[in-house]
Amino acid sequence: MGVVPLGDSAAYVEFCTTLDLEVNSVVQRLALAILRREVPWVVDVVPTLGGVALHFDPDDAEFPGNPLEAALELVNDSLKQALAAKEEPGREVELPVCYEPEFALDLVEVAKLTDLAPEGVASRHAAGEYRVLMMGFAPGHAYMGGLDPKLAVPRRASPRAVVPAGSVAIANEQTVVYPYAISGGWNVIGRTPRVLFDAKRARPSLLWPGDRVRFRAITRSEFLELQKKS
Amino acid sequence: MSVRILRPGLLTTVQDRGRHGYQRVGLCPGGAMDPVALALANALVGNPPEEAALEITVIGPEIVFEVDTLVAVCGADFASGFPHNRPVLARAGTRFNAGRATRGARAYIAVAGGFAVDPVLGSRSTYLPGQFGGYEGRALKHGDVLSLRDPAAAGRFSNLKNAKDGTVRWSAPPLTLPDREPILVHVIEGQHFAGFDATSQRAFFDTVWRVAPDSNRMGFRLSGPPLGRPQGDEILSGPTCLGSVQVPPSGVPIALMADHQTTGGYPRIAEIASADVARLAQLAPGGKVHFARCSLEIAAELRRDARARLDSALRGIAWEYQRK
Repeated sequence: MGVVPLGDSAAYVEFCTTLDLEVNSVVQRLALAILRREVPWVVDVVPTLGGVALHFDPDDAEFPGNPLEAALELVNDSLKQALAAKEEPGREVELPVCYEPEFALDLVEVAKLTDLAPEGVASRHAAGEYRVLMMGFAPGHAYMGGLDPKLAVPRRASPRAVVPAGSVAIANEQTVVYPYAISGGWNVIGRTPRVLFDAKRARPSLLWPGDRVRFRAITRSEFLELQKKS
Repeated sequence: MSVRILRPGLLTTVQDRGRHGYQRVGLCPGGAMDPVALALANALVGNPPEEAALEITVIGPEIVFEVDTLVAVCGADFASGFPHNRPVLARAGTRFNAGRATRGARAYIAVAGGFAVDPVLGSRSTYLPGQFGGYEGRALKHGDVLSLRDPAAAGRFSNLKNAKDGTVRWSAPPLTLPDREPILVHVIEGQHFAGFDATSQRAFFDTVWRVAPDSNRMGFRLSGPPLGRPQGDEILSGPTCLGSVQVPPSGVPIALMADHQTTGGYPRIAEIASADVARLAQLAPGGKVHFARCSLEIAAELRRDARARLDSALRGIAWEYQRK
């Protein structure tokens, strides 16, 4: 474990520099344990793939003054408790996904690269059990681990200027869902009708760090039906 | 009971101090690019510091106050014929018509009592990429009407000592505007600084960087010599913060500003000292900056100094509002 400054108002506690799902699970527990302490000068606790970023309010009277010392103190006070916690962080979330060609812009290409039938790609993706490892890039945008290694394909050579909102995509050993119509380079293999981020909801994001996610294949008509409701 | 937009200018949005606590779901705090100028503008009209104001950018708007409104404009100087950095009682029908900023890039128009805009996730800030917050989640345009939340708050003007002809003789200090360019901005070495080759490390500190035209509230692209890539494997996506300076494969550094992404896959060569972010935000495209290395201790000291200067200005303003 190492602690590096993230400017003078934040610090990054790093546990690994390559993706390791077991380490990330500790990261999620640690982030939750720190959040639960409700320290007034901690404004944001951000679990990342390999560590936890802690954002501070240096103007708070109780702030220790040095972000590295502050971070170390928080981690030392929380790590044991985080490791001992029996409860899994995050919740179970099921996302309906339509893998039909209209939404699965890169499914044929991924099928070619993986030597599978398009239906095989979809069924393997839907069979997986995923974990939200980190969120970022856009509000509600979750990086999820647990992808079938057979489906690990590189990102597209040229990113799309606009990926439709709700697009479910894969690259390397992760899967993501695009919350908005934004640019992106991941391989789109389906689309969910669910709204990933809505600032008007009390809980604005559908997915949170540590959530366990399953995808359920739906037909085009189910997609349209669910889209109307959301 | 309102403020009407006749011409929106380049980019006019409602901004406050931002929404905190959502970075773990990918939402940055956002808020005013120059929170120091916002704090001064709010204080000048007797508002609490968390109130929202209009952030105007490089080319100002034309707006009309449709009722008597206590107004303060702080931050960049705009050729507007409207007194800056002081409380002004704008009578119904008064226009604020700003041209191009003559010094700095962003100013804040605060009105006593604030604008009647609903908070979203605890903030009235406009978050343009997500199209929420502020006024309908977007930049203001011609014909928009913003209601005042408390029109009677204009009456605060009568609490001011020494007020005459709708304003005062004193002004608040412009704490974030550049006296000359290039401005000096302090940075702390980023996590990947050591991985850059010596030439790139030197170039980062020796170059007078220019804010590129395609800069915005998310980030400032910095024109100069392209920087090399750090040694070793591709880095794992990790955290960012306000003021992170990322170096994408193009070698063109990007300083992350208010509406930044909360994680990123590019190496971070440096992070800007928090005390200096507001000053960088006052550079318009073409503006010049160079970076000086500093320790965490120096950064903390700079922050305390900046905070002390702001607090002193705020105390001075509050004193003027104590009834005669």
